[in-house]
Amino acid sequence: MDQLLQHLVNAVILGGTYALLGIGLTLIFGIMRVVNFTHGELYAFGAYIVYLVAATLGLNFFLGLVVAVIAGVLLGALIEIALLRPMRTTDIDIVMLVMIGAWIVMQNTELLVWGGVAKAIVTPFPDAPLVIGPVSISWLRVFVLVVALLLIAGSYVLIHRTKLGKAMRATFQDADTAALMGVHIKGVHTATFAIGSGLAAAAGALLGPVFLVTPTMGDLASLKAFAIVILGGLGNITGATIGGFILALVEELGAGYVSSGYRDAMGFLIIIVVLLFKPTGLFARAERVG
Amino acid sequence: MKRVLPAVWLVVLFTVPLWLQDQYILHILITTGIFIIAAMSLNLLLGYTGQLSLGHVAFFGIGAYASALTTLGFDVELFGGFRVVHEPWPAIVGFFIGIFIAGLSGYVIGRLSFKVRGAYFVIVTISFAEVTRLVALNWVELTQGPLALTNIPPFTLGFPGLGNYTLWGKTAYYYFVGVVGLVAYLVISRLVGSRVGRAMIALKENESLASSVGIDVTRYLVLAAVVSAAIAGGAGSLYAHYLKIIDPDIFLFIYTVTMVIMVITGGKGTLAGPIVGGLIFGFLPVIVRPLAAPAVQWILYGGLMILIVFVLPQGIVPAAERWIRNWTPFKGRPAGVILAGDSKPGDGK
Repeated sequence: MDQLLQHLVNAVILGGTYALLGIGLTLIFGIMRVVNFTHGELYAFGAYIVYLVAATLGLNFFLGLVVAVIAGVLLGALIEIALLRPMRTTDIDIVMLVMIGAWIVMQNTELLVWGGVAKAIVTPFPDAPLVIGPVSISWLRVFVLVVALLLIAGSYVLIHRTKLGKAMRATFQDADTAALMGVHIKGVHTATFAIGSGLAAAAGALLGPVFLVTPTMGDLASLKAFAIVILGGLGNITGATIGGFILALVEELGAGYVSSGYRDAMGFLIIIVVLLFKPTGLFARAERVG
Repeated sequence: MKRVLPAVWLVVLFTVPLWLQDQYILHILITTGIFIIAAMSLNLLLGYTGQLSLGHVAFFGIGAYASALTTLGFDVELFGGFRVVHEPWPAIVGFFIGIFIAGLSGYVIGRLSFKVRGAYFVIVTISFAEVTRLVALNWVELTQGPLALTNIPPFTLGFPGLGNYTLWGKTAYYYFVGVVGLVAYLVISRLVGSRVGRAMIALKENESLASSVGIDVTRYLVLAAVVSAAIAGGAGSLYAHYLKIIDPDIFLFIYTVTMVIMVITGGKGTLAGPIVGGLIFGFLPVIVRPLAAPAVQWILYGGLMILIVFVLPQGIVPAAERWIRNWTPFKGRPAGVILAGDSKPGDGK
């Protein structure tokens, strides 16, 4: 029972960052219909920026987090303008190939710059964990969960309470009509990709210090993000949030009670089962952003 | 001209070991040949039915493991204490079992995956490949996991009346890969040139229209998946018995990406495309290796892939065909005129 409780707490903490990854991708996939293979690389990029600021430059860890998110947003905007904007009317498969190319370039650039050896990020949090009854959590993980929840709430506000959010929702429902109503579609696409990338970078920046930073950390992150998006339904932020927590829970329980070797297989099994039996996702009413 | 050209290529293909002394280049030709076979099989799905399967390496790996395990033998305990013991069989039997098992997985995965299309199909196929990789990594009793299957014996061919011949050397293996590649090429070209192939192309162009004129879409897609998976499994078996060692890394996504790059660069939906693309990306590392670190090489490939999609979205072979048609005077066509049906799939010889 105590063990189960510990697994549940771990799952909630991991789930927060998974939800960030999922929200970022569900916006991009939902609004732009781009199968974004660079999503995981932006996650890795976020982690490396924190490493750069906090470890290499020796500056403040929290400053590193902020810089990582800003850098993620800028890199995302750059990718959208340079690669996706010229291809906007092209077939989805062709765009996918461009994104695979971009993924290869980004991953190997990280390998070239930071090397293949895993990097550890030292944080200012105390080593002694927070102990509540039978459960112990490191302070770093508590911080990760709090920041992740704040960013999730921020995404809700952005989508539902701002003009940009309204434009994004309109573009998702019907891009042509939205354009006729004066929505600047190109701008919405760039903003969407930049925001989604920023969220991915934030997820990486948060999880980088919890685990280790490696150039290949993005591969599984991309695929897990797809699992979350499919679980939650396309463009569905609430679905992606719940999906993130479900994936983390399944992984944590699977690793704890079945076999730790199959931990990463859980996400793929979820993808296969959901797509084959309920392809619209678990929480889909109709397709919409929000 | 059209009749002489295949003969010329055949002569080139089968005389290479006679004039090529460099064993390293021969080695590159063998591995490139194996990947060309895999790329040809991917092209059947991607180029002719229009389904981008990004889990293709699963079939390659399944073929490799099935063939190696048939040859090496295994002893595993399943659920409930039920033991399966398999004594080693000859390598060439493993080759055919590898093809069969891969084809069978193609049927199962095809039946399941073709329920969805487009981006979802891509993600499901990636998921299947990752699950097979994790099984190969974690089912240590069967696959040795990360310790890899080692000492996979080479193929032994039995010729009636001439005795047995074991493919120890690179030259012998080159010919074997060449023959298998030729068979795969003929199977694919016969298939896409037939009624079945026309049905596949029809459903690629417009699936709802194809099904409205009575083409059983799922049946043809599954058929393509089975043939494609079987050929990829054969290529995987060749790979396993050539390198004599395989580990779960054979299932890595990057191998699928390599096959996709070969098909796209050469020209999807053309018979020659995967061969041209395969030769380019098989030999590019040989040229670039002395000049740059592996990471730089991959950056180059990724950049090249983006560039090709931007500049030559149809691939090299269709572009070259168009160019030849428009500029050769003895074809009797005025320069600059593009005829209807130019660069259509299936005429890539």
